[in-house]
Amino acid sequence: MTHRSVEVPVIARVEGEGALHLKVKDDQIVDLRLEIYEPPRFFEAFLAGRHFSEVPDIVPRICGICPVAYQMSAVHGLERLFRTQVPEGTRELRRLLYCGEWIESHILHVFLLAAPDFLGYDNAIELAKDEPALVKMALDIKRLGNELMAAIGGREIHPVSPRVGGFSKAPRRKDLAAFLPRLEWALGQMPGIADVVAGLPMPPFDRPAEMVSMVHSDEYPMNEGDLASTGGRAFDAVTFEQVSREVHVEHSNALHSVMADTGTPYFVGPLARINLNADRLPPVARECAARAGLSVPEPDPFFSMAARVAETAVAIEEAIRIIGAYEPPEPQMADVVPQAGRAVWVTEAPRGILYHRYDVNEDGTIREAKIVPPTAQNLRHMEEDLRRFVPGVLDRPDEELTRLCEMVVRNYDPCISCATHFLRLDIERS
Amino acid sequence: MSASTKPRVAVFKMASCDGCQLQILDAEEALLDLAGAINIVNFAEASSYMEPGPYDVTLVEGSISAPEQIEQVKEIREQSKFLIAIGACATSGGIQALRNTQDAGAFVRTIYPTPEYVKTLATSTPIADHVRVDLELTGCPIDRGQLLGALSALLAGAMPRISTSSVCVECKRRGYVCVLVAKGEPCLGPVTRTGCGALCPAFGRGCYGCFGPSQPPNTDALGRRLVDLGLPSKLVADKFRFITGWAPAFREAADAIADGRKDEEVAAP
Ligand code: SF4
Ligand code: SF4
Repeated sequence: MTHRSVEVPVIARVEGEGALHLKVKDDQIVDLRLEIYEPPRFFEAFLAGRHFSEVPDIVPRICGICPVAYQMSAVHGLERLFRTQVPEGTRELRRLLYCGEWIESHILHVFLLAAPDFLGYDNAIELAKDEPALVKMALDIKRLGNELMAAIGGREIHPVSPRVGGFSKAPRRKDLAAFLPRLEWALGQMPGIADVVAGLPMPPFDRPAEMVSMVHSDEYPMNEGDLASTGGRAFDAVTFEQVSREVHVEHSNALHSVMADTGTPYFVGPLARINLNADRLPPVARECAARAGLSVPEPDPFFSMAARVAETAVAIEEAIRIIGAYEPPEPQMADVVPQAGRAVWVTEAPRGILYHRYDVNEDGTIREAKIVPPTAQNLRHMEEDLRRFVPGVLDRPDEELTRLCEMVVRNYDPCISCATHFLRLDIERS
Repeated sequence: MSASTKPRVAVFKMASCDGCQLQILDAEEALLDLAGAINIVNFAEASSYMEPGPYDVTLVEGSISAPEQIEQVKEIREQSKFLIAIGACATSGGIQALRNTQDAGAFVRTIYPTPEYVKTLATSTPIADHVRVDLELTGCPIDRGQLLGALSALLAGAMPRISTSSVCVECKRRGYVCVLVAKGEPCLGPVTRTGCGALCPAFGRGCYGCFGPSQPPNTDALGRRLVDLGLPSKLVADKFRFITGWAPAFREAADAIADGRKDEEVAAP
């Protein structure tokens, strides 16, 4: 029997560090493991004992690519526990901040991380040599998201103004209004971007999946709403830990989530949101989904790119609406009086639902914290995708097989630092 | 310049949130310009194309917190002419260094049902604790301007100069309202190094020290002042034990406050 072992150093352009081990015998997968290398950083442990007011400065450091998500799940949960009435206008300004993060994160994914894969480039700089106008346009839209975040939060990575109780300082009307012409321009680009995505070569991949997202009666969900699944489940932040369970996998520093009752994996993120909230899509987003060939129900993870494009339009349309009606909250911050008890909340991070729980002492210090990031919830599903996908492409040479596996993983846009960096593919054929 | 004579730049990651690497990626245009002058040969966050060393300039994000990272950073050092540690994680151990004063084993047991699957060091430490570092850029995240400034200086063959004066001085220079005086907000601005443009006070709140200690940091005076504001000493000590809490000046300040509390108890009649 001949053994062949191939080391492919990295699945690049994935934030976080991981490796895929694949062992094949007579065209059968003997072993397939998605490993996480990111050393644990113990956020939940050192949150214990800290004052609640420090939480919005601590949790964004879990993930530099979606810091606002961490801040939003935390502040909402704590405010609900403390029965804090945030000043009018805070809700909309928080949604606007989140829109900035969605735009930034989705465009980063589609153009800097995923498109080079689909088109066979090493990176966006190489892609930019052949498609300079496209890459420049994408970077302009991404920068718009970044700048919107910085206008509200002070900086786009680890914003400083979001606090429990509101914003330490809210932007002036005219500072936000200045974004409108660029937002209108960006919205006008979106259908064209959807056409580009529709034209990307996608490997066929048909698989059933249970998808989970927030649902809200009258808006596309970001900060508020209940939870639902395409399998008919209806739950919320309070029951989250009963419905979803974390399992610790031997080869990993990450915890995988499964449905507590069935033990089966589930899938969160843009595609899940669109499947469960298609009727809440604003007009341009709806057009983008249609042009990218996305119609619900659509469980094929390769449609995640199309979903990100449609959701970028959601975020731009919402940003235009919010800025149009914006008045700075007055006063800026509510008085916050801590109370003992349990704070739970879920928001929609760009990569999917992000659950936080804080058990709080009477003096406002955190006794225990639990954080379940979207990537951790998707890991088991990713592994299962690979298990289903790989047999169909085993005849391909190692290099191509690697690229295809990278694409399967990238559908989830894993920010492995939150759960967990570079993915290494290790193929052993015998 | 041809690709072969352009300085070769590499970016590596240890334990971190990736935020500092994203600052590099977010410097899009500047990066595309720089790409004309430098050759980024290793940046896994941005590209699947990687080249082995040696490198002219290496940026390292993140802290040393797992056993294999010690070897890894030594290898990186051997391959690098000029090594820059970027961010709070790489320069002071980062927020994850909060474990250093606690029992990391207990941390693992708290979070992971099967602790023996998890490999970790008891401490999270800065790069300079393990290998020679040629330049440190602080901040959580680093400031893009400081990074581009440093790279441009190196390209011009000069040693980059990084200011070590305080956020407080920056605040005065920009004419911001002092949050400590006006709002009674605890603020680490007087002892924190500038680099952010006094961002937090500009946004109506106290500085939490994310750029690390300034030179010289008068932490004693600030510690007393915060206690005088009526803050419990545990909260004042926690102000120093934060994002850059493992930086020696802040570590000593936190310990002094904790010790001071004990002295007071003894001295009380
Ligand atoms: S210093 Fe801060 S922004 Fe940079 S990697 Fe560490 S946690 Fe992230
Ligand atoms: S004011 Fe302080 S905490 Fe805020 S960004 Fe600047 S150094 Fe960091």
